[in-house]
Formats: sequence, C-alpha cells, structure tokens
Amino acid sequence: MSASPLVDIRDLEKKFDLSGGFLEQISFKNGRFQRKQEAVHAINGVSLQVFKGEALCVVGESGCGKSTVARTIMGLLSPTAGEVHYEGKRIDTLEGKALLPYRRKMQMIFQNPYASLNPRMTIQQTLEEPVHFHHPKWRKADVLNKVQEVMQSVGIDPDWGSRFGHEFSGGQRQRIAIARALAVDPEFIVADEPISALDVSIQAQVLNLMMDAQESRNLTYLFITHDLAVVEHFGTRVAVMYLGRVCELAPTKALFAAPRHPYTQALLSAIPRLEDGRPNYIRLQGEVPTPVNLPSGCVFHGRCPYANDRCRQEIPELFATDDGGQVACHGVEEGRL
Amino acid sequence: MALLEVNNLDVRFAVRGGDLTALRGISFSLDKGERLGLVGESGAGKSVAAFSILNLIAQPGYIAGGQILFEGKDLAAMSERELRKIRGNRIAMIFQDPMMTLNPVLTIGTQMVEAIKAHRRISSKDARAIAVDKLRKVQIPSPEKRLDQYPHELSGGMRQRVIIAIALLLDPEIIIADEPTTALDVTIQAEIMALLLDLCEQENVALMLITHDLGVVSQVSQRMLVMYSGRIIEQGPTREIINDAQHPYTQGLINALPQMGEPGARLFQIPGAMPSLKNVPSGCPFNPRCSFATDECRRTMPEYVRAGNVSVACYEVERLIAQEQQVREVTP
Repeated sequence: MSASPLVDIRDLEKKFDLSGGFLEQISFKNGRFQRKQEAVHAINGVSLQVFKGEALCVVGESGCGKSTVARTIMGLLSPTAGEVHYEGKRIDTLEGKALLPYRRKMQMIFQNPYASLNPRMTIQQTLEEPVHFHHPKWRKADVLNKVQEVMQSVGIDPDWGSRFGHEFSGGQRQRIAIARALAVDPEFIVADEPISALDVSIQAQVLNLMMDAQESRNLTYLFITHDLAVVEHFGTRVAVMYLGRVCELAPTKALFAAPRHPYTQALLSAIPRLEDGRPNYIRLQGEVPTPVNLPSGCVFHGRCPYANDRCRQEIPELFATDDGGQVACHGVEEGRL
Repeated sequence: MALLEVNNLDVRFAVRGGDLTALRGISFSLDKGERLGLVGESGAGKSVAAFSILNLIAQPGYIAGGQILFEGKDLAAMSERELRKIRGNRIAMIFQDPMMTLNPVLTIGTQMVEAIKAHRRISSKDARAIAVDKLRKVQIPSPEKRLDQYPHELSGGMRQRVIIAIALLLDPEIIIADEPTTALDVTIQAEIMALLLDLCEQENVALMLITHDLGVVSQVSQRMLVMYSGRIIEQGPTREIINDAQHPYTQGLINALPQMGEPGARLFQIPGAMPSLKNVPSGCPFNPRCSFATDECRRTMPEYVRAGNVSVACYEVERLIAQEQQVREVTP
C-alpha cells in the first residue's frame, strides 16, 4: 500500500436537521415558550483512508450511516463537520468548475438499477451523456467509440444501444449503470449496495464484472454493503460501522478470522452459513438505538454484553491492534476481551 | 397421509395474447411439524406457489389443474366460504413486508382480536388474553402495553414478531412464510429465524419457508424444493441437497454464493438470466444456461429421477445414474 491515500476523510460528521422551520420548533409548555431542535446524527466522527487499488468495504446495518458516508465523499451531501481529501486536495469545500475534474475521477454506482437509469433515455443516450459532459471537445466518433468500448466490457451488446432501460433485466441494468460509471474513465468508484437488489446468480455475475474492471482499469472501490459474505469475498479491508461510527477497521482476512469488536462478532455470527444446521448466532440485547438521541459513551454499550461504567461514559477511539486492524472498544484496549 | 399434498399443480395467468404458465406440474407434500424450504430466484414461482396453496391467486391468475389436498380435502376445488375457515385458522401466512401486512390505522390489539373473533365465538376479553399470550411467546417485552400501540410505533423486527404472533393466534397446523426476513437486517433476521424455528418445534407446526437465501434454508428446513421457471427441479432432504446438489442449476446457485468461493477469486457464475414467462425455452427451461445441455434437453422436459433421497428433473443426472449402473454391472 502506498503511503498517501487516494481518498482521505477526516472526522466526518453529518447531521440531518429534523426540527423543521422556526415556528415548528417553538412549543408552549408550563407557561413558557421553548425551542426544541432535533437532528439525526448520521455520521459522528468517521475517519477513513482509501488507498489506491484497494476495495474498502463499509458494512453495517440499516441506519448506521454507511450510505451517508458514501454520499458525503461523493459530494452529494455536504458534511456538517470534517474534511474530505482526494489525492491530498480538500474537495468538500470546492464548488462548480473547480469540482468538475473530481466529478470525473469519482463515480458512483447506486443500489437500485431500476431507479438510477433515466426511463426516458435510451442506453446510448445514458452512456453518451457523461462522456459529452466531461469531454466537450471530443468528436462524435470518439464518444461513440468510448460508449461501445464500455458496453462491451460490461457484457452488453453495443447493438442494444437504442433500447430503453425497462427492456433490460435487473442484472443487465446494473451492468449498464456500471458502464455509465466507467464511461468517463474514473479512478475511484463508490458502489452503494450495488448487488443487494439482484438475485444470487446475478450477484455473482455483477461482482465478477466489478472485480474484472478493477483489475483491467486499475480502479479503487469504496464498497458499501450490508452483506458480510460479499465483503469476505470482495474487500481488501473492511470498516464496520455502527450508529454513525466506525467500530472496527481491519484487513478482510484478519477481520473474518478474528473479529475483535463485540458488535463485529455478533454481526459475523448472524450470517446464515450453508454448513449450519440451525441458526447459530450471538444474541444481542435490545435494538439499535435511534440516531436522534445518541447514547453516551460507546454507542454500542446498551447492547454489549461486556459493557462497564467506562463504556457508558467515555467514547472509545480507534486504536491499532497487533493484527493490523483498528478497533474502537474499551474492552479490547484493556485486554478484557 | 401427509398433512398437505400438492399434486401436479398448474397455475396460469390469463393475459392479453394467451395464458402464461407460472407453475407447471408442481408436486410436493408437507407432513405435520415438518419444515420445508422453497428456494429460487425472483420469477421462479415461489410466491405464486405459496399463494396458490391458500387459493389466494388473484385475477388474472387461476389454478388450471392439479390438487391441493389439505387433510384430504382439495383446497383448489373449495368454495370461498369453506376456504375462509381454513385461511388464517388452520393455515396461516407470514408475508415479507410487515408494514404492508399490518393495518397502520388500527392498534396491534384490535388487529389481533379481530383475527381471533373472525374464527371463534369468544369474548373480546378472552381474545385479548390469547393475544397477550402469543405476543409473550414471540418474546415481545410488556405485551399488554403493545396491544394498544400502532404498528408505526414498533421497529421492523418487533413488527415481524407481531406478524408471527398473529400467525400463531389460532394455533394453525401450517405456517407459510414468504420471505419473512428479507426486509430485515442480518442480526434481526437471525433472531426472527431462530424464533420461528423454536415456535414451530414447540407447537409442532409445519412450516413452509419461501426464501432466496440458501443459508437460511440450510439452517431452518429439513427438506427443500428448488424452483426454476415455474417448475420444481430438485427436491429432497436439505442437508443432502446442500452438500451434494444434483441439478446443475442448484449446483450453480450454491457455488455462486460468495461464501463458497476462494476470497478474492472470481465467483462461479451461471451465465444469462432466468427466462421470462413469456418466452420459456422448449425442453428443460434451464437449458440455455446449462453447460451440460444436449439436444434432448432442448427438445423435451426431463422427468423426475431419484438420486438417493433426492428427486431431480435433469437428463444429465439421468445419464450419470445410467453410467453408474453400467459400471456396477460390469464390476460386480
């Protein structure tokens, strides 16, 4: 791994305001006016580095902030606090023309290929648009060549260009979505649950395609998913998120061989494995708390069987473990776990 | 006699330009207390199979042939009135999305009491008591309080527990669960599956679990069916199929799972996609994607053959069995 990361996010925070307009915040209680503001704390201080050529997987359950991280990196959302750097340059503050080259270098693949393709554009138009936009000086023939090349590389027959999105199956649509991302020769691709909406046999096709593209085009991935089995296969490193924080970050092999954080352990044990004859998992107490009122201390303490007073008060920071990973857990740090 | 026996069931959808065959000659049985997994990808006909057991197939779908024998009586030929006595009462169903199943404007209690009173002459107070008891069985904390809550006040996992409690209300013989955990997170999914399994074992309820997740089927079911393009292509004991699948499609499905592959290596992939019902290929529906396909496969639909305890519809398996027999005859 090279020393300087391709993408570097530092202490990223994102809050979504829930309280609405000023008048909606005001309430009259016990003879006094009160102003109440509420926010969803989607990301609470996440720092991640993505190195060139790797596939960093971010996993977690719904509501843990993994998609918000992806969108904030892409500039689709602006962070409440923290910085996003690309090749050493801070990009979350850039606007307009200055951001344009980064928009080309960073592309995104979305979860639902039924929603991410414009139903009124043919596939040809869908694929030409980003090329035209980022290379306005290219001649028509060059654009056509490029589109044909990406269509072939994702296994879509270039003759189908005049068809519309609805004429394709889910797997084919996701291939087209990948082709659209590849059409502008990006370096870095953020894939937000790209295979969750697909069937098992199609998932394998799309994953293989993404791995091939990574190899032939020298891509770097940030892969967002809730499916740990996919991560084990695809990821170079894995970041496990819980309630807007990274609780464990480790090379895939190390993480699956010996998960350190109690939440990671529970998450791994919950994957239904083919060799199991019965459900066989670590039971967690309760449910994920709401990100509106975050628990004090470690966000996981309410469900953690090993939580003590320190966990309830003090927020654990990531620290390096001996197997090359990082864990945010007081228990692991103290050697209790 | 099996509790539920489905014989040669055909389900079609009458659409413009002719009928589409959604299920073709489906036959299987379910014994008392048995857990059966029904696996397949979207469009294979799993849900149609589940719905047609309760004769819930809506227009333009209809049962074109075959029998669905529940305790010897044919559900396919029953009147709506008689069916209503069985639906929810003797055979209960759990659907995928708990938010769509629960009525958002009624409290949990109202919905549960309503379901009991639809089938039994019982006072509201007694019905409430049953409801509380079932909510406790599905491990919902403070069930009395939950009865007065609305579905939106509960989390996804809690809602699915309520749905399971409603399915159990009238002590059914069979629960049909159509992708009960697909909308849930992994950790919640594991809890719900374990709960469903425990309850079925405790109460000796038969479970028909429909899912696309082979891992879940492997953990929960004793026997499984694999469906492809409206046909059952393989059925038998779950462990046998998982460990040694016979049909090339089942093999492909298992090998395509990321957990089966070497980390970082290319995954096994089945080329192509399932055909749409509008243009099902002639012969074996899997033949365009199958690496063993021959002219025979392209011409006629294979019949079921037995390989151990597993029943498979595949010419390649037939050929292999024939070869083995030859070898056995030559070397006594």
